Amino acid sequence: MNFLSLFVLIPLLMMLGLWLSKGTKGIRAVMVVGSSALLALAIALTVKFLTDRAGGNTAEMLYTAAFDWFSPLHIQYSVGVDGISVAMLLLSGVIVFTGTFVSWEMPKEYFLWFTLLSMGVFGFFISVDMFMMFMFYEIALIPMYLLIGVWGTGPKEYAAMKLTLMLMGASAFLMCGIFGIFYGAGGQTMNIMDIANHVNGAHLIALGQQYIWFPITFVGFGVLGALFPFHTWSPDGHSSAPTAVSMLHAGVLMKLGGYGCFRIAIFLMPQAANELSWIFLILAGTGVVYGALSACVQTDLKYLNAYSSVSHCGMVLFAILMLTTTASTGAVIQMLSHGLMTALFFAIIGMIYHRTGTRDIRQLNGLMRIIPFLGVGFAIAGLANLGLPGLSGFVAEMTIFVGSFQNADTFHRVLTILATTSIVVAAVYILRMIGKILYGVNVNPEHAKIHDAHWEERLAIIVLIFCIAGIGLAPSWISHMIEGSVGPMMQHIGHFTSQCNPFL
Amino acid sequence: MDYSQFLNMHDELSLLAVIVILFLADLFICGDRKSGVPAKSLSVLPVVLIAIQTVYVLLAPKTGTTTFGGMYQLTPMMSIVKGILNVGTLIVFLMAHEWMKRPENKIKQGEFYLLTLCTLLGMYFMISAGHFLMFFIGLELASVPMTALVAYTKKNQESAEASAKYILTALFSSALLLYGISLLYGTCGTLYFDDMAVHLDTSNLVQLMALVFFISGLGFKISLVPFHLWTADTYQGAPTPVTAYLSVISKGSAAFVLFIVLIKVFAPFIDNWNQIFFWIIIISITLANIFAIRQNNMKRFMAFSAISQAGYVVMGVMGGTAEGMTAIVYYIFVYLVANLGIFVIMNIIEQRSGKINISDYDALYDTNPKLAFIMTLCLFSLAGIPPFAGFFSKFFMFMAAFKAGFHLLVFIALVNTVISLYYYLLIVKAMYIKKNDSPVLSFRSDAYTRIGLVLCTIGVVFAGILSGVYQYLDTFAYGLLP
Repeated sequence: MNFLSLFVLIPLLMMLGLWLSKGTKGIRAVMVVGSSALLALAIALTVKFLTDRAGGNTAEMLYTAAFDWFSPLHIQYSVGVDGISVAMLLLSGVIVFTGTFVSWEMPKEYFLWFTLLSMGVFGFFISVDMFMMFMFYEIALIPMYLLIGVWGTGPKEYAAMKLTLMLMGASAFLMCGIFGIFYGAGGQTMNIMDIANHVNGAHLIALGQQYIWFPITFVGFGVLGALFPFHTWSPDGHSSAPTAVSMLHAGVLMKLGGYGCFRIAIFLMPQAANELSWIFLILAGTGVVYGALSACVQTDLKYLNAYSSVSHCGMVLFAILMLTTTASTGAVIQMLSHGLMTALFFAIIGMIYHRTGTRDIRQLNGLMRIIPFLGVGFAIAGLANLGLPGLSGFVAEMTIFVGSFQNADTFHRVLTILATTSIVVAAVYILRMIGKILYGVNVNPEHAKIHDAHWEERLAIIVLIFCIAGIGLAPSWISHMIEGSVGPMMQHIGHFTSQCNPFL
Repeated sequence: MDYSQFLNMHDELSLLAVIVILFLADLFICGDRKSGVPAKSLSVLPVVLIAIQTVYVLLAPKTGTTTFGGMYQLTPMMSIVKGILNVGTLIVFLMAHEWMKRPENKIKQGEFYLLTLCTLLGMYFMISAGHFLMFFIGLELASVPMTALVAYTKKNQESAEASAKYILTALFSSALLLYGISLLYGTCGTLYFDDMAVHLDTSNLVQLMALVFFISGLGFKISLVPFHLWTADTYQGAPTPVTAYLSVISKGSAAFVLFIVLIKVFAPFIDNWNQIFFWIIIISITLANIFAIRQNNMKRFMAFSAISQAGYVVMGVMGGTAEGMTAIVYYIFVYLVANLGIFVIMNIIEQRSGKINISDYDALYDTNPKLAFIMTLCLFSLAGIPPFAGFFSKFFMFMAAFKAGFHLLVFIALVNTVISLYYYLLIVKAMYIKKNDSPVLSFRSDAYTRIGLVLCTIGVVFAGILSGVYQYLDTFAYGLLP
């Protein structure tokens, strides 16, 4: 048994423990132990990965293991990681850990679905087999329905149904795309690396077929990555979801989309990606600017952050479609950075909402004096969001835009310049919001009585800020790790470009 | 004559033995002589016997034989399908136990078990038929006792109405089927499956009509659109255990037989039936899904869900491949456990509280969390959500159809799974999210129901992720191409 499988096994054990545990204490104990174990495992994996890479192990996928699962259909249980998945696993570990503390008061059933959701996420990132990947993708989706529908706020039933149906509709596309790739490559292996390397009976997917399956697969994953115009589930879903679920969903689940677009759609069908990327570039670029502009006019804090997520996740898709090494590296850092800062944002918004009973920007004023700890955390999340140097957002966006501009084509450069405007717009909505709710004068006497963060909330916030600042202050190790995996992949699909990463 | 040939029909013989024992037991074991109420042991006996026989059918050596000059044919896959149908019957018997305890049913409980087993025997013969007459007799044996079962609670007007509708459509479909068979006999001069292939000619329009009539006749049994009109009314009127039996076992056997006859007899017409089923499947899935959304009666809801699931099952015939056969049998099995799980819960709730509408299920989770949880698992399985078995069966079914080249069909079916997810989630929503002033009261199910639920849950959770079931089926599958 490969140790990567622990990422699936631990959540399974956690669910078993939750099922057997009685009382709030037991539930909390299981969750804290389990999520700490997952985080520790993710950190240990990162350290081991870095040492092995430093030791000269240059295999595309490390720690691979494969067992026949449905052998008549060439489906395997097959795991392995490269720099990109290690980064994503680390992110998931952090978010699940902090999410546990943020949802401290929740009942047992909530944690059961929450753990199932995290199992899907972890499983997705360790998979190397398309069937397995798809299965974990769907496992991660369905708990959302109950988590939002039962424990959400506002128009939760509508939001839960809309989110589930849109994402499941996307998975219908995705399943078609997976079949297309599988049979297009010879119908002998579901293993992504085999299909990419044309070994074990796989051959190049004919160009005509790539033209059909690339858009289908890209849209399938793109919906989850908030590709414009399929992003509409995201604002409704995020604003109705309970705090930790918003964190996990915006922080990790949306990354499944970008990861899948890169790992399956572009990596396996590079020719079509090259030819058709302009369509999706226009869509993703529109999403980047549109999301930022929409965020400017929101009055609900969660809607604001959700639209800002649309903008930032659009940037991920935008960057990978630029097909340069640096931009793709930037995309992965952006996934990581956006995951952390949006989780922090949603966590603090949830805490403020819990205390004041409102998320309306117009009704919140001068919170910095009343709840300074949350206020500072909120300000840091906001500054990371607008890309302040020293925090993770700056590293990600800088890498993305430098890398995108490296694509010498005029069309790509014009789009890059247009997309950069979103940074300015981000500054507008973030600073306006922070100025309003943190620094104005509080007029509501009810709001004057609220208390600052509890210890478990403080812990979650500190961990997240530590990670955001960690990436922002010491970006080179993570850039290096990701670049080390993106580089060979880009070389593989014939788009390797010289290095121009400002952080290496 | 070599009487040892009969031993080749060991599955049928064992079932016949069960029927005879039950018949005699019903005659002689008497609890109270005056009122004629049978002894308690009579309600245990059928369950035990069918369980033993199921184990026998599943474990019996899997060999292929042809007996009586080709009249009776047996392949290992057929034997497995019989075993699967048996598992379903066992679960139906388990769920019927609570219903049988009602005073009005006590006196006639023997009939329920006997009639059910007779239809099962009919399905056995239908599956193993090698000759169209044999096939027809099996089909009738499976349909006629079913009518009596649907009318089991004859004083209930809905039950009687359902029965009338069922017998009329069953007769009509049998007539269509017979007409098709007679056309085949007229053009081929034989009714043996094995001898017919050489006489078939794709340019012969009479034979093409025969194919159409055959598909229509079986279409009624599988309740595919446009032959589905009886389904909702019959499902609603029939007693719940009978509805369960009708929706899974009767349907599953007919779908499997359809595949067998198509590849064995109508192989030259493959392009024609591909085309016919292409449209039938699309219409069945889409129409049934749209109708299911609007239902409030749980049984009517399950009827439309069953029509749409039938569309998915039949997808396996596209192309007549070995993968298709595995996918059909696997799908039938997975559908059987999930659907029966839902019916077991519906039945126990109906018996205890008399409630059968979806709106009665509001807030079920608050009063009966375990039932609501198992119901959720089964609904997710039907909707094709991993890690439950339904996801795997749908995936493999689509994979088989995709491999046969029907990309558009797979895509439309996939879009339809999203619609079906919507209405399955409506029930989940009712159970977990909605509030209810007069919820189903909290109760403790009887042991039989619980055993049935455990069987269904095991099937739903493990039949997928443990790949053994699929791989086992795959070793026995065969299709048009060798």
